[in-house]
Amino acid sequence: MTVKQLSVFVENRPGRLCAVTEALANAGINIRAVSIADTKDFGIMRIIVNDTDKAVAALKEKDFIASAANVIAVSADDKPGSMAAIMKTLYNDNISVEYMYAAFLNPEKGIACLILRVDNNDKAVTALTEAGCKLLSEEDIAKI
Amino acid sequence: MAKRYWNEKIECMELSEMKALQSERLVRQVKHVWDNVPYYRKKMEEKGVTPDDVRSIDDLYKLPFLSKADLRDGYPYGLLAMPLSECVRIQSTSGTTGKRVVAFYTQNDVDMWEDCVARAITAAGGTKDDVCQVAYGYGLFTGGPGLNGGSHKVGCLTLPMSSGNTERQIQFMMDLGSTILCCTPSYAAYIGETLHEMGHTPDDIKLKAGIFGAEPWTEEMRHQIEESLGIKAYDIYGLTETSGPGVAFECEEQTGMHINEDNFIAEIIDPDTGEVLPEGSKGELVFTSITKEAFPLLRYRTRDICILSRKKCSCGRTLIKMCKPMGRSDDMLIIKGVNVFPSQIETVLLKDFNATPNYQIVVDRVGTTDTFEIKVELSGDMFSDTIKDVAALEKKLSADIVQILGIKAKITLVEPKSIPRSEGKAVRVIDRRKLV
Repeated sequence: MTVKQLSVFVENRPGRLCAVTEALANAGINIRAVSIADTKDFGIMRIIVNDTDKAVAALKEKDFIASAANVIAVSADDKPGSMAAIMKTLYNDNISVEYMYAAFLNPEKGIACLILRVDNNDKAVTALTEAGCKLLSEEDIAKI
Repeated sequence: MAKRYWNEKIECMELSEMKALQSERLVRQVKHVWDNVPYYRKKMEEKGVTPDDVRSIDDLYKLPFLSKADLRDGYPYGLLAMPLSECVRIQSTSGTTGKRVVAFYTQNDVDMWEDCVARAITAAGGTKDDVCQVAYGYGLFTGGPGLNGGSHKVGCLTLPMSSGNTERQIQFMMDLGSTILCCTPSYAAYIGETLHEMGHTPDDIKLKAGIFGAEPWTEEMRHQIEESLGIKAYDIYGLTETSGPGVAFECEEQTGMHINEDNFIAEIIDPDTGEVLPEGSKGELVFTSITKEAFPLLRYRTRDICILSRKKCSCGRTLIKMCKPMGRSDDMLIIKGVNVFPSQIETVLLKDFNATPNYQIVVDRVGTTDTFEIKVELSGDMFSDTIKDVAALEKKLSADIVQILGIKAKITLVEPKSIPRSEGKAVRVIDRRKLV
Protein backbone atom coordinates (compact mmCIF):
# COMPACT_ATOMS: atom_id res chain seq x y z
CA MET A 1 0.00 0.00 0.00
CA THR A 2 1.53 3.25 -1.13
CA VAL A 3 0.42 6.82 -1.62
CA LYS A 4 1.18 9.30 -4.41
CA GLN A 5 3.65 12.07 -3.78
CA LEU A 6 4.22 15.02 -6.08
CA SER A 7 7.68 16.54 -6.55
CA VAL A 8 7.76 20.05 -7.92
CA PHE A 9 10.88 21.73 -9.31
CA VAL A 10 11.19 25.20 -7.78
CA GLU A 11 13.87 27.71 -8.67
CA ASN A 12 15.61 29.29 -5.75
CA ARG A 13 14.35 32.83 -6.21
CA PRO A 14 11.80 35.00 -4.42
CA GLY A 15 8.13 34.32 -5.07
CA ARG A 16 8.38 30.81 -6.39
CA LEU A 17 6.97 29.01 -3.33
CA CYS A 18 4.25 31.59 -3.27
CA ALA A 19 3.41 30.76 -6.90
CA VAL A 20 3.32 26.99 -6.30
CA THR A 21 1.12 27.17 -3.24
CA GLU A 22 -1.15 29.72 -4.86
CA ALA A 23 -1.67 27.46 -7.87
CA LEU A 24 -2.68 24.65 -5.51
CA ALA A 25 -4.86 26.93 -3.39
CA ASN A 26 -6.77 28.21 -6.42
CA ALA A 27 -7.54 24.62 -7.44
CA GLY A 28 -8.86 23.87 -3.96
CA ILE A 29 -6.08 21.41 -3.16
CA ASN A 30 -5.36 20.58 0.46
CA ILE A 31 -1.73 19.84 1.24
CA ARG A 32 -1.42 16.98 3.69
CA ALA A 33 2.37 16.79 3.95
CA VAL A 34 5.21 18.92 2.65
CA SER A 35 8.98 18.85 2.53
CA ILE A 36 11.58 20.83 0.60
CA ALA A 37 15.00 19.60 -0.42
CA ASP A 38 17.17 22.48 -1.53
CA THR A 39 20.45 23.21 -3.28
CA LYS A 40 22.03 26.56 -4.07
CA ASP A 41 20.07 27.13 -7.26
CA PHE A 42 16.88 25.13 -6.95
CA GLY A 43 14.71 23.10 -4.63
CA ILE A 44 12.39 20.16 -4.95
CA MET A 45 9.14 20.60 -3.11
CA ARG A 46 7.53 17.30 -2.22
CA ILE A 47 3.89 17.25 -1.33
CA ILE A 48 1.12 14.83 -0.57
CA VAL A 49 -2.29 16.22 -1.39
CA ASN A 50 -5.92 15.19 -1.19
CA ASP A 51 -6.31 15.03 -4.99
CA THR A 52 -3.15 14.25 -6.91
CA ASP A 53 -4.56 14.40 -10.46
CA LYS A 54 -6.17 17.76 -9.87
CA ALA A 55 -2.95 19.07 -8.31
CA VAL A 56 -0.86 17.93 -11.32
CA ALA A 57 -3.27 19.67 -13.69
CA ALA A 58 -3.20 22.87 -11.65
CA LEU A 59 0.62 22.92 -11.56
CA LYS A 60 0.99 22.14 -15.27
CA GLU A 61 -1.38 24.96 -16.05
CA LYS A 62 1.07 27.31 -14.33
CA ASP A 63 4.08 25.73 -16.12
CA PHE A 64 5.48 23.93 -13.11
CA ILE A 65 7.12 20.56 -13.55
CA ALA A 66 5.67 17.98 -11.21
CA SER A 67 6.47 14.30 -11.16
CA ALA A 68 4.53 11.73 -9.21
CA ALA A 69 6.08 8.88 -7.24
CA ASN A 70 4.77 6.20 -4.95
CA VAL A 71 5.87 6.60 -1.36
CA ILE A 72 4.97 4.88 1.86
CA ALA A 73 2.94 6.64 4.54
CA VAL A 74 3.33 4.85 7.81
CA SER A 75 1.61 5.89 11.02
CA ALA A 76 3.14 5.38 14.39
CA ASP A 77 2.44 6.21 18.01
CA ASP A 78 3.70 9.68 18.85
CA LYS A 79 6.19 8.52 21.46
CA PRO A 80 9.95 7.89 21.84
CA GLY A 81 11.19 4.86 19.93
CA SER A 82 8.45 4.60 17.29
CA MET A 83 10.58 5.97 14.49
CA ALA A 84 13.60 3.96 15.58
CA ALA A 85 11.49 0.80 15.38
CA ILE A 86 10.41 1.60 11.84
CA MET A 87 14.00 2.30 10.78
CA LYS A 88 15.16 -0.91 12.38
CA THR A 89 12.52 -2.91 10.52
CA LEU A 90 13.68 -1.48 7.20
CA TYR A 91 17.34 -1.89 8.04
CA ASN A 92 16.85 -5.53 9.00
CA ASP A 93 15.41 -6.15 5.54
CA ASN A 94 18.18 -4.24 3.83
CA ILE A 95 15.88 -1.50 2.54
CA SER A 96 17.39 1.93 1.94
CA VAL A 97 15.56 5.12 2.75
CA GLU A 98 16.24 7.77 0.10
CA TYR A 99 14.46 10.46 2.06
CA MET A 100 11.67 10.89 4.53
CA TYR A 101 9.66 13.52 6.31
CA ALA A 102 6.98 13.76 8.92
CA ALA A 103 3.33 14.52 8.18
CA PHE A 104 0.03 15.24 9.93
CA LEU A 105 0.98 14.78 13.52
CA ASN A 106 -2.22 14.35 15.49
CA PRO A 107 -1.63 15.20 19.18
CA GLU A 108 -5.20 14.36 20.18
CA LYS A 109 -5.00 10.82 18.92
CA GLY A 110 -1.30 10.56 19.79
CA ILE A 111 -0.45 9.53 16.22
CA ALA A 112 2.38 10.66 13.98
CA CYS A 113 2.96 9.80 10.36
CA LEU A 114 6.15 9.34 8.37
CA ILE A 115 6.46 9.61 4.61
CA LEU A 116 9.18 7.32 3.32
CA ARG A 117 10.80 7.12 -0.07
CA VAL A 118 12.66 3.81 -0.19
CA ASP A 119 14.51 1.87 -2.84
CA ASN A 120 12.00 -0.98 -2.85
CA ASN A 121 8.38 -0.22 -2.08
CA ASP A 122 7.08 -3.81 -2.17
CA LYS A 123 9.72 -5.08 0.17
CA ALA A 124 9.18 -2.17 2.55
CA VAL A 125 5.39 -2.58 2.57
CA THR A 126 5.73 -6.26 3.45
CA ALA A 127 8.35 -5.67 6.12
CA LEU A 128 6.44 -2.86 7.80
CA THR A 129 3.12 -4.69 7.67
CA GLU A 130 4.68 -7.82 9.16
CA ALA A 131 6.20 -5.67 11.91
CA GLY A 132 2.69 -4.47 12.78
CA CYS A 133 2.96 -0.91 11.43
CA LYS A 134 -0.15 0.75 10.07
CA LEU A 135 0.27 1.95 6.49
CA LEU A 136 -2.03 4.64 5.13
CA SER A 137 -3.83 4.46 1.80
CA GLU A 138 -4.78 7.27 -0.60
CA GLU A 139 -8.30 7.12 0.84
CA ASP A 140 -6.98 7.42 4.39
CA ILE A 141 -5.05 10.52 3.42
CA ALA A 142 -7.99 12.10 1.65
CA LYS A 143 -10.03 11.57 4.81
CA ILE A 144 -7.59 12.93 7.38
CA MET B 1 68.72 52.17 -30.68
CA ALA B 2 66.01 49.61 -31.06
CA LYS B 3 64.95 48.70 -34.56
CA ARG B 4 61.64 50.40 -35.35
CA TYR B 5 60.46 48.03 -38.05
CA TRP B 6 61.00 44.35 -38.69
CA ASN B 7 60.67 44.81 -42.45
CA GLU B 8 60.87 48.52 -43.22
CA LYS B 9 60.59 48.05 -46.98
CA ILE B 10 57.19 46.38 -46.67
CA GLU B 11 55.85 48.14 -43.60
CA CYS B 12 56.56 51.61 -45.00
CA MET B 13 55.91 50.87 -48.66
CA GLU B 14 54.24 53.47 -50.86
CA LEU B 15 50.61 52.63 -51.54
CA SER B 16 51.05 52.31 -55.31
CA GLU B 17 53.96 49.95 -54.83
CA MET B 18 51.97 47.90 -52.30
CA LYS B 19 49.02 47.66 -54.70
CA ALA B 20 51.34 46.43 -57.44
CA LEU B 21 52.79 43.81 -55.10
CA GLN B 22 49.32 42.74 -53.98
CA SER B 23 48.11 42.54 -57.58
CA GLU B 24 51.02 40.39 -58.66
CA ARG B 25 50.55 38.05 -55.71
CA LEU B 26 46.78 37.92 -56.07
CA VAL B 27 46.97 36.92 -59.75
CA ARG B 28 49.42 34.16 -58.87
CA GLN B 29 47.32 33.01 -55.92
CA VAL B 30 44.08 32.82 -57.91
CA LYS B 31 45.84 30.63 -60.45
CA HIS B 32 47.26 28.43 -57.67
CA VAL B 33 43.82 27.98 -56.11
CA TRP B 34 42.13 27.37 -59.47
CA ASP B 35 44.65 24.67 -60.31
CA ASN B 36 44.72 22.97 -56.91
CA VAL B 37 41.45 23.49 -55.05
CA PRO B 38 38.55 21.92 -56.98
CA TYR B 39 36.11 23.16 -54.32
CA TYR B 40 36.95 26.81 -54.95
CA ARG B 41 37.32 26.33 -58.69
CA LYS B 42 33.74 25.10 -58.76
CA LYS B 43 32.65 28.20 -56.84
CA MET B 44 34.45 30.37 -59.39
CA GLU B 45 32.88 28.49 -62.27
CA GLU B 46 29.45 28.94 -60.73
CA LYS B 47 30.12 32.68 -60.63
CA GLY B 48 31.47 32.63 -64.17
CA VAL B 49 34.96 33.79 -63.17
CA THR B 50 38.23 32.35 -64.42
CA PRO B 51 41.79 33.29 -63.45
CA ASP B 52 41.94 35.38 -66.64
CA ASP B 53 39.35 37.73 -65.17
CA VAL B 54 41.64 38.64 -62.27
CA ARG B 55 44.43 40.88 -63.54
CA SER B 56 44.92 43.11 -60.51
CA ILE B 57 43.63 43.87 -57.05
CA ASP B 58 40.86 45.91 -58.70
CA ASP B 59 39.35 42.61 -59.91
CA LEU B 60 39.21 41.10 -56.43
CA TYR B 61 35.50 41.86 -56.11
CA LYS B 62 34.74 39.40 -58.92
CA LEU B 63 35.78 36.41 -56.84
CA PRO B 64 33.30 34.41 -54.75
CA PHE B 65 33.39 34.59 -50.97
CA LEU B 66 34.40 31.79 -48.67
CA SER B 67 32.68 31.34 -45.34
CA LYS B 68 33.16 29.20 -42.30
CA ALA B 69 30.47 26.89 -43.71
CA ASP B 70 32.70 26.25 -46.75
CA LEU B 71 35.57 25.31 -44.48
CA ARG B 72 33.29 22.99 -42.59
CA ASP B 73 32.02 21.40 -45.79
CA GLY B 74 35.56 20.90 -46.94
CA TYR B 75 36.84 19.42 -43.68
CA PRO B 76 39.54 18.30 -43.54
CA TYR B 77 41.26 18.45 -46.94
CA GLY B 78 38.70 20.22 -49.15
CA LEU B 79 40.56 23.54 -49.30
CA LEU B 80 44.07 22.17 -49.19
CA ALA B 81 46.10 23.47 -52.12
CA MET B 82 49.38 21.59 -51.65
CA PRO B 83 50.27 17.90 -51.39
CA LEU B 84 50.29 16.82 -47.73
CA SER B 85 53.94 15.86 -48.16
CA GLU B 86 54.71 19.59 -48.51
CA CYS B 87 52.78 20.48 -45.33
CA VAL B 88 54.58 20.64 -42.01
CA ARG B 89 51.95 21.76 -39.51
CA ILE B 90 48.28 22.03 -38.72
CA GLN B 91 46.54 24.39 -36.31
CA SER B 92 42.89 24.35 -35.45
CA THR B 93 40.21 26.67 -34.14
CA SER B 94 39.30 26.38 -30.49
CA GLY B 95 37.98 22.96 -29.71
CA THR B 96 34.62 22.56 -31.28
CA THR B 97 32.61 19.79 -32.79
CA GLY B 98 30.91 20.56 -36.05
CA LYS B 99 32.64 23.93 -36.30
CA ARG B 100 36.23 22.79 -36.26
CA VAL B 101 38.51 24.32 -38.85
CA VAL B 102 41.85 22.72 -39.57
CA ALA B 103 44.40 24.93 -41.30
CA PHE B 104 47.49 23.54 -43.00
CA TYR B 105 50.91 25.16 -43.30
CA THR B 106 53.89 24.55 -45.51
CA GLN B 107 57.27 25.62 -44.16
CA ASN B 108 56.92 28.84 -46.18
CA ASP B 109 53.52 29.44 -44.56
CA VAL B 110 55.01 29.01 -41.09
CA ASP B 111 57.85 31.37 -42.03
CA MET B 112 55.39 33.98 -43.33
CA TRP B 113 53.28 33.71 -40.18
CA GLU B 114 56.28 34.02 -37.90
CA ASP B 115 57.49 36.98 -39.96
CA CYS B 116 54.15 38.72 -39.39
CA VAL B 117 54.40 38.09 -35.64
CA ALA B 118 58.00 39.34 -35.67
CA ARG B 119 56.69 42.65 -37.07
CA ALA B 120 54.23 42.83 -34.18
CA ILE B 121 56.91 42.12 -31.58
CA THR B 122 59.21 44.71 -33.16
CA ALA B 123 56.38 47.27 -33.20
CA ALA B 124 56.00 46.64 -29.46
CA GLY B 125 59.67 47.52 -29.01
CA GLY B 126 60.99 43.95 -29.01
CA THR B 127 64.53 43.08 -30.10
CA LYS B 128 66.89 40.13 -29.73
CA ASP B 129 67.83 41.47 -26.31
CA ASP B 130 64.34 40.91 -24.96
CA VAL B 131 62.95 38.07 -22.88
CA CYS B 132 59.57 37.15 -24.27
CA GLN B 133 57.17 35.24 -22.05
CA VAL B 134 54.50 33.47 -24.09
CA ALA B 135 51.52 32.76 -21.85
CA TYR B 136 49.05 31.99 -24.61
CA GLY B 137 47.91 28.38 -24.73
CA TYR B 138 50.11 26.09 -26.83
CA GLY B 139 48.76 23.31 -28.97
CA LEU B 140 46.18 23.46 -31.73
CA PHE B 141 45.32 27.02 -30.70
CA THR B 142 47.41 29.46 -32.76
CA GLY B 143 48.21 31.85 -29.89
CA GLY B 144 51.11 30.01 -28.28
CA PRO B 145 52.79 28.64 -31.43
CA GLY B 146 52.32 31.94 -33.27
CA LEU B 147 53.93 34.21 -30.68
CA ASN B 148 56.53 31.56 -29.95
CA GLY B 149 57.58 31.49 -33.60
CA GLY B 150 57.64 35.27 -33.94
CA SER B 151 59.67 35.61 -30.77
CA HIS B 152 62.25 33.11 -32.11
CA LYS B 153 62.42 35.02 -35.37
CA VAL B 154 63.15 38.29 -33.59
CA GLY B 155 65.71 36.43 -31.52
CA CYS B 156 64.18 37.07 -28.12
CA LEU B 157 64.87 34.60 -25.35
CA THR B 158 61.53 32.81 -25.51
CA LEU B 159 59.75 31.43 -22.43
CA PRO B 160 57.13 28.95 -23.71
CA MET B 161 55.05 29.10 -20.54
CA SER B 162 51.62 28.40 -22.04
CA SER B 163 48.70 29.67 -20.00
CA GLY B 164 47.90 28.92 -16.37
CA ASN B 165 49.88 28.44 -13.18
CA THR B 166 49.94 32.17 -12.59
CA GLU B 167 52.25 32.21 -9.57
CA ARG B 168 54.85 30.32 -11.58
CA GLN B 169 54.38 32.82 -14.43
CA ILE B 170 55.22 35.61 -12.02
CA GLN B 171 58.11 33.68 -10.51
CA PHE B 172 59.67 33.15 -13.96
CA MET B 173 58.93 36.75 -14.85
CA MET B 174 60.96 37.89 -11.84
CA ASP B 175 63.72 35.26 -11.95
CA LEU B 176 64.37 35.47 -15.70
CA GLY B 177 63.58 39.14 -16.18
CA SER B 178 60.84 38.84 -18.81
CA THR B 179 60.42 42.10 -20.71
CA ILE B 180 57.53 41.19 -23.04
CA LEU B 181 54.39 39.29 -22.10
CA CYS B 182 52.16 37.66 -24.73
CA CYS B 183 48.74 36.30 -23.72
CA THR B 184 45.03 37.07 -23.82
CA PRO B 185 44.16 40.46 -22.30
CA SER B 186 42.02 38.85 -19.60
CA TYR B 187 44.92 36.66 -18.57
CA ALA B 188 47.25 39.68 -18.54
CA ALA B 189 44.82 41.44 -16.23
CA TYR B 190 44.71 38.39 -14.00
CA ILE B 191 48.51 38.19 -13.89
CA GLY B 192 48.48 41.87 -12.87
CA GLU B 193 46.02 41.23 -10.06
CA THR B 194 47.97 38.20 -8.85
CA LEU B 195 51.23 40.17 -8.89
CA HIS B 196 49.72 42.69 -6.51
CA GLU B 197 48.08 40.00 -4.36
CA MET B 198 51.50 38.39 -3.97
CA GLY B 199 52.67 41.68 -2.53
CA HIS B 200 54.69 42.87 -5.53
CA THR B 201 54.58 46.04 -7.59
CA PRO B 202 55.47 46.65 -11.26
CA ASP B 203 58.89 47.81 -9.98
CA ASP B 204 59.67 44.21 -9.02
CA ILE B 205 59.43 43.02 -12.65
CA LYS B 206 61.16 44.10 -15.85
CA LEU B 207 58.17 43.89 -18.18
CA LYS B 208 57.93 46.81 -20.60
CA ALA B 209 55.41 45.64 -23.16
CA GLY B 210 52.57 43.21 -23.64
CA ILE B 211 51.08 41.80 -26.85
CA PHE B 212 47.51 40.79 -26.18
CA GLY B 213 44.83 39.36 -28.44
CA ALA B 214 42.45 36.50 -29.25
CA GLU B 215 39.51 38.14 -27.48
CA PRO B 216 37.75 41.50 -27.35
CA TRP B 217 39.05 44.05 -24.87
CA THR B 218 38.34 47.67 -24.12
CA GLU B 219 40.47 50.79 -23.72
CA GLU B 220 39.67 50.75 -19.98
CA MET B 221 41.04 47.26 -19.79
CA ARG B 222 44.15 48.40 -21.64
CA HIS B 223 44.75 51.17 -19.10
CA GLN B 224 44.15 48.83 -16.21
CA ILE B 225 46.63 46.26 -17.54
CA GLU B 226 49.20 48.94 -18.38
CA GLU B 227 48.95 50.29 -14.86
CA SER B 228 48.98 47.00 -12.98
CA LEU B 229 51.97 45.61 -14.89
CA GLY B 230 53.76 48.89 -15.61
CA ILE B 231 53.83 48.25 -19.36
CA LYS B 232 52.55 49.46 -22.70
CA ALA B 233 49.87 47.08 -23.99
CA TYR B 234 49.60 46.31 -27.73
CA ASP B 235 46.71 44.64 -29.50
CA ILE B 236 47.23 41.87 -32.04
CA TYR B 237 44.68 40.34 -34.42
CA GLY B 238 44.49 37.16 -36.38
CA LEU B 239 42.48 34.09 -37.12
CA THR B 240 43.39 30.47 -37.61
CA GLU B 241 41.77 30.42 -41.04
CA THR B 242 44.32 32.87 -42.44
CA SER B 243 47.33 31.89 -40.27
CA GLY B 244 46.92 33.00 -36.67
CA PRO B 245 47.85 36.07 -34.63
CA GLY B 246 49.81 38.62 -36.63
CA VAL B 247 47.39 39.28 -39.47
CA ALA B 248 47.34 42.77 -37.95
CA PHE B 249 49.22 44.38 -35.08
CA GLU B 250 49.33 47.60 -33.14
CA CYS B 251 52.14 50.16 -33.17
CA GLU B 252 53.06 52.70 -30.49
CA GLU B 253 50.24 55.01 -31.61
CA GLN B 254 47.72 52.45 -30.27
CA THR B 255 44.97 53.64 -32.60
CA GLY B 256 44.22 50.48 -34.53
CA MET B 257 46.14 47.58 -35.99
CA HIS B 258 48.27 47.64 -39.13
CA ILE B 259 47.31 44.81 -41.47
CA ASN B 260 50.18 42.88 -43.04
CA GLU B 261 48.74 43.59 -46.43
CA ASP B 262 51.64 42.15 -48.38
CA ASN B 263 50.16 38.81 -47.21
CA PHE B 264 46.52 39.61 -46.53
CA ILE B 265 44.28 41.84 -48.61
CA ALA B 266 41.52 43.32 -46.46
CA GLU B 267 38.11 44.41 -47.69
CA ILE B 268 35.05 45.71 -45.89
CA ILE B 269 31.73 44.48 -47.22
CA ASP B 270 28.08 44.92 -46.45
CA PRO B 271 27.33 41.66 -44.60
CA ASP B 272 23.84 41.47 -46.10
CA THR B 273 24.56 42.20 -49.76
CA GLY B 274 28.24 41.30 -50.04
CA GLU B 275 28.90 44.66 -51.70
CA VAL B 276 32.37 46.13 -51.17
CA LEU B 277 32.19 49.33 -49.11
CA PRO B 278 34.53 52.31 -49.43
CA GLU B 279 37.36 52.91 -46.96
CA GLY B 280 36.10 54.26 -43.66
CA SER B 281 32.80 52.37 -43.81
CA LYS B 282 31.73 50.04 -41.08
CA GLY B 283 31.12 46.52 -42.30
CA GLU B 284 32.32 42.94 -42.31
CA LEU B 285 36.03 42.31 -42.64
CA VAL B 286 37.07 39.98 -45.48
CA PHE B 287 40.58 38.64 -45.99
CA THR B 288 42.34 37.20 -49.01
CA SER B 289 45.60 35.48 -48.20
CA ILE B 290 47.87 36.07 -51.17
CA THR B 291 51.01 34.30 -50.01
CA LYS B 292 49.76 31.22 -48.22
CA GLU B 293 50.55 28.01 -50.07
CA ALA B 294 48.80 25.19 -48.23
CA PHE B 295 45.55 26.82 -47.14
CA PRO B 296 45.08 29.90 -49.32
CA LEU B 297 41.69 31.42 -48.59
CA LEU B 298 40.29 33.89 -51.10
CA ARG B 299 37.78 36.44 -49.83
CA TYR B 300 37.22 34.74 -46.49
CA ARG B 301 34.43 36.33 -44.48
CA THR B 302 35.64 36.81 -40.92
CA ARG B 303 32.24 37.90 -39.58
CA ASP B 304 34.09 40.57 -37.60
CA ILE B 305 32.55 44.01 -37.96
CA CYS B 306 35.26 46.59 -38.47
CA ILE B 307 36.44 49.85 -40.10
CA LEU B 308 39.60 50.21 -42.21
CA SER B 309 41.64 53.39 -42.42
CA ARG B 310 44.57 54.61 -44.53
CA LYS B 311 45.03 57.69 -42.36
CA LYS B 312 48.74 58.52 -42.00
CA CYS B 313 50.19 56.90 -38.89
CA SER B 314 52.81 58.62 -36.74
CA CYS B 315 54.80 55.37 -36.52
CA GLY B 316 55.73 55.73 -40.21
CA ARG B 317 54.08 52.52 -41.33
CA THR B 318 51.89 52.81 -44.40
CA LEU B 319 50.10 49.49 -43.86
CA ILE B 320 46.33 49.98 -43.72
CA LYS B 321 44.85 49.97 -40.22
CA MET B 322 41.82 48.14 -38.87
CA CYS B 323 40.02 49.18 -35.70
CA LYS B 324 39.33 46.72 -32.94
CA PRO B 325 36.51 44.44 -34.12
CA MET B 326 33.25 46.14 -33.12
CA GLY B 327 31.06 43.06 -33.07
CA ARG B 328 30.07 40.10 -35.19
CA SER B 329 27.79 39.63 -38.15
CA ASP B 330 26.97 36.14 -36.91
CA ASP B 331 26.09 34.80 -33.48
CA MET B 332 29.60 33.81 -32.43
CA LEU B 333 30.67 34.88 -28.95
CA ILE B 334 34.22 35.07 -27.71
CA ILE B 335 34.25 33.96 -24.08
CA LYS B 336 37.56 33.74 -22.21
CA GLY B 337 39.30 33.85 -25.59
CA VAL B 338 37.35 30.89 -26.91
CA ASN B 339 34.97 31.06 -29.87
CA VAL B 340 31.52 29.89 -28.85
CA PHE B 341 28.56 29.37 -31.16
CA PRO B 342 25.09 28.88 -29.62
CA SER B 343 24.62 25.97 -32.02
CA GLN B 344 27.38 24.07 -30.21
CA ILE B 345 25.46 24.36 -26.97
CA GLU B 346 22.39 23.11 -28.79
CA THR B 347 24.39 20.09 -29.92
CA VAL B 348 25.18 19.22 -26.30
CA LEU B 349 21.59 19.69 -25.16
CA LEU B 350 20.32 17.57 -28.01
CA LYS B 351 22.75 14.79 -27.15
CA ASP B 352 21.94 14.83 -23.43
CA PHE B 353 18.18 15.23 -23.68
CA ASN B 354 17.25 13.92 -27.13
CA ALA B 355 15.51 17.24 -27.56
CA THR B 356 16.51 20.87 -27.54
CA PRO B 357 15.12 22.52 -24.46
CA ASN B 358 14.95 26.28 -24.27
CA TYR B 359 18.19 27.71 -23.07
CA GLN B 360 19.93 31.04 -22.59
CA ILE B 361 23.59 31.95 -22.59
CA VAL B 362 24.46 34.71 -20.14
CA VAL B 363 27.89 36.27 -20.51
CA ASP B 364 29.18 38.98 -18.21
CA ARG B 365 32.50 40.31 -17.07
CA VAL B 366 33.38 40.48 -13.40
CA GLY B 367 36.49 42.61 -13.04
CA THR B 368 38.47 41.41 -16.03
CA THR B 369 37.22 37.84 -16.14
CA ASP B 370 34.36 36.63 -18.31
CA THR B 371 31.56 34.73 -16.62
CA PHE B 372 29.67 32.16 -18.64
CA GLU B 373 26.35 30.74 -17.58
CA ILE B 374 23.92 28.53 -19.46
CA LYS B 375 20.36 28.50 -18.21
CA VAL B 376 18.41 25.45 -19.30
CA GLU B 377 14.67 25.12 -18.95
CA LEU B 378 13.80 21.84 -17.36
CA SER B 379 11.00 19.79 -18.88
CA GLY B 380 8.92 17.00 -17.41
CA ASP B 381 10.88 14.09 -18.84
CA MET B 382 14.22 15.59 -17.72
CA PHE B 383 13.07 15.86 -14.12
CA SER B 384 13.37 13.15 -11.55
CA ASP B 385 12.33 13.83 -8.01
CA THR B 386 15.67 13.45 -6.25
CA ILE B 387 18.26 16.17 -5.82
CA LYS B 388 20.89 13.58 -6.62
CA ASP B 389 19.50 12.95 -10.11
CA VAL B 390 19.03 16.62 -10.91
CA ALA B 391 22.56 17.39 -9.68
CA ALA B 392 23.89 14.52 -11.82
CA LEU B 393 22.14 16.04 -14.83
CA GLU B 394 23.80 19.41 -14.17
CA LYS B 395 27.15 17.73 -13.80
CA LYS B 396 26.79 15.81 -17.04
CA LEU B 397 25.80 18.93 -18.96
CA SER B 398 28.70 20.82 -17.48
CA ALA B 399 31.19 18.08 -18.44
CA ASP B 400 29.81 17.85 -21.99
CA ILE B 401 30.08 21.63 -22.43
CA VAL B 402 33.74 21.56 -21.36
CA GLN B 403 34.31 18.69 -23.75
CA ILE B 404 32.91 20.60 -26.71
CA LEU B 405 33.96 24.17 -25.96
CA GLY B 406 37.07 23.68 -23.87
CA ILE B 407 35.79 26.12 -21.26
CA LYS B 408 33.54 25.72 -18.26
CA ALA B 409 30.04 27.08 -18.03
CA LYS B 410 27.89 27.37 -14.96
CA ILE B 411 24.79 25.31 -15.67
CA THR B 412 21.60 26.59 -14.09
CA LEU B 413 18.43 24.57 -14.46
CA VAL B 414 15.38 26.79 -14.50
CA GLU B 415 11.61 26.36 -14.52
CA PRO B 416 9.73 25.95 -17.81
CA LYS B 417 8.95 29.22 -19.62
CA SER B 418 11.09 31.22 -17.21
CA ILE B 419 13.43 32.37 -20.01
CA PRO B 420 11.93 35.50 -21.55
CA ARG B 421 10.55 35.09 -25.05
CA SER B 422 10.71 37.63 -27.77
CA GLU B 423 8.14 37.11 -30.50
CA GLY B 424 7.65 33.57 -29.31
CA LYS B 425 11.34 32.68 -29.46
CA ALA B 426 13.49 32.47 -26.37
CA VAL B 427 16.28 35.05 -26.25
CA ARG B 428 19.37 32.89 -26.70
CA VAL B 429 22.19 35.19 -25.72
CA ILE B 430 22.53 37.89 -23.11
CA ASP B 431 25.95 39.52 -23.31
CA ARG B 432 26.33 42.07 -20.55
CA ARG B 433 30.00 42.80 -21.26
CA LYS B 434 30.41 46.26 -22.65
CA LEU B 435 33.26 45.65 -25.05
CA VAL B 436 32.59 48.08 -27.84
